[in-house]
Amino acid sequence: MSSAPPDSAAAPAAETVPIERTWWERRGGTVTVALSRLALVVVLLAVWEWSAERWFDITFTSKPSAIWTRLIEWHQDGVLWANTWVTLEEIVLGFVLGSAAGALAGFLLASAPRVYRVLDPFVMALYSIPKVALAPLFIVWFGIGTNMKVLLAAATVFFLVFLNTAAGVREVDRGLVDAVRLMGGTKRDIALKVILPSSMTGMLTGLKVAVPYALIGAVIGELVASNRGLGYLINDAAAQFDTAGVFATLVVLSVIAALLNLVVGLFDRWVGRWKPLEART
Amino acid sequence: MSAILRLESLSKQFVKDDLGIVALRDFTLEIEEAGFVTVLGRSGCGKSTMLNLLAGLIPPSSGTVTYRGEPIVRPRPEIGYLTQSDTLMPWRDVRRNIEMPMEIKGVPAPRRRERAAELIERVGLWGFERHYPRELSGGMRRRVSLARMLVGDPETLLLDEPFGALDAQLRTDLQAELLRLWEGSGQTVVFVTHDIEEALLLGDRVVVLGRLGRVVLDRKIDIPRPRAADEMRVDPGFVALHREMTAALAEGARS
Repeated sequence: MSSAPPDSAAAPAAETVPIERTWWERRGGTVTVALSRLALVVVLLAVWEWSAERWFDITFTSKPSAIWTRLIEWHQDGVLWANTWVTLEEIVLGFVLGSAAGALAGFLLASAPRVYRVLDPFVMALYSIPKVALAPLFIVWFGIGTNMKVLLAAATVFFLVFLNTAAGVREVDRGLVDAVRLMGGTKRDIALKVILPSSMTGMLTGLKVAVPYALIGAVIGELVASNRGLGYLINDAAAQFDTAGVFATLVVLSVIAALLNLVVGLFDRWVGRWKPLEART
Repeated sequence: MSAILRLESLSKQFVKDDLGIVALRDFTLEIEEAGFVTVLGRSGCGKSTMLNLLAGLIPPSSGTVTYRGEPIVRPRPEIGYLTQSDTLMPWRDVRRNIEMPMEIKGVPAPRRRERAAELIERVGLWGFERHYPRELSGGMRRRVSLARMLVGDPETLLLDEPFGALDAQLRTDLQAELLRLWEGSGQTVVFVTHDIEEALLLGDRVVVLGRLGRVVLDRKIDIPRPRAADEMRVDPGFVALHREMTAALAEGARS
């Protein structure tokens, strides 16, 4: 093998040109979007507040200021944090447990196509069961404590992550597998260096889809049987016709959902950093 | 010269439902060491199947493939194979793609880094180490694939229409680069193409395949090197060879 330096046929090194952009050119788009969102929220809240007592019965629709007052009250007497903490713990534990089991099972099962073919109809049947319908059974099995809610959330998350990861594994480009075989790679090399990274896209889709379902699992569990948590708070407030309390709890739940989405989004950005910018979401 | 690769009465059929689709029938070919053989044929004549068999990616239905007398049953690191399509790992940047074969072989990281840098320099990709495949042009991706194949120092190179999808100018450049890398290296090259000019420009020997891998023509090309494409086109000897190849391809398509 000659080691002559590359001649003119070689491509030139990457050429970069500094571009002068003002602060607005660089950040303008993001700022405009953020401001528009803020404006939308303000307008909606204002309309709600203004119309609440004029057009609607406040017993049913409540109003933003009442919700805010309720949040402050709950914050002061500790009700808010005690219950949020319980639910958050259930959601996070359920999400982590379900997605870890789902990713692992998806990766292993899809790597054994024959086993997967045998199990496929059963998996789909289990997946199709509304997980809410499992709540009474889970109460019998695990009691009405935290375990029941964690497992209910995990059961929902499991199938979503499992199915998406398995799809990712089965869609691996054969050419890439052959490339590793040509390098003298073993089955283990193929699994770790090709199948694992390329199934990440599928797994992340599963994670993103699963976030709201973790919330559903935990909250349904609390609605069905509980004496603490945000689901209990909703039930309790509704029973007393305290719509402000119900809305206040929903606000907390959406904040939790937004935070979880943010974490998954950051993870996605980090794993998918090789993708072109326009393919990122 | 001794034969390094030997294919003997090789047949390959693929199963589709209850039918066997024959890709190669009773194919026999010997390739001698340190030669540059171009295999010329139309699409669908079994060229790629032949290379997949040589690389050990697929087993033959009958017949044998041997490398230095040993039957090929699985891919061997001393045989490098550049496939028609890009098989770079999209989640690895240029440097980590080139390091991959060494990673699998268990070469320590500092040595890997050093060797990858050497190859990046050699294929002219300096400054692109941290780019991902999607950020590169088709020609640059081919160079990365070439570097990844060469990083393991293979004795034999199998190339499947490696420059087929590139523009004419870039193809000429990469052909010249390939020849420069090959000359004096003692490597054996099997280069598959459907382009007559490319076959004549590169090969010491051209094998023309007809349907199902029937060898229509097998001849030495003794045009002196270096061969410049522009001058060759008007050379009467080259024109005669070109005609011969065209006739052979036409004959191969008939039967």
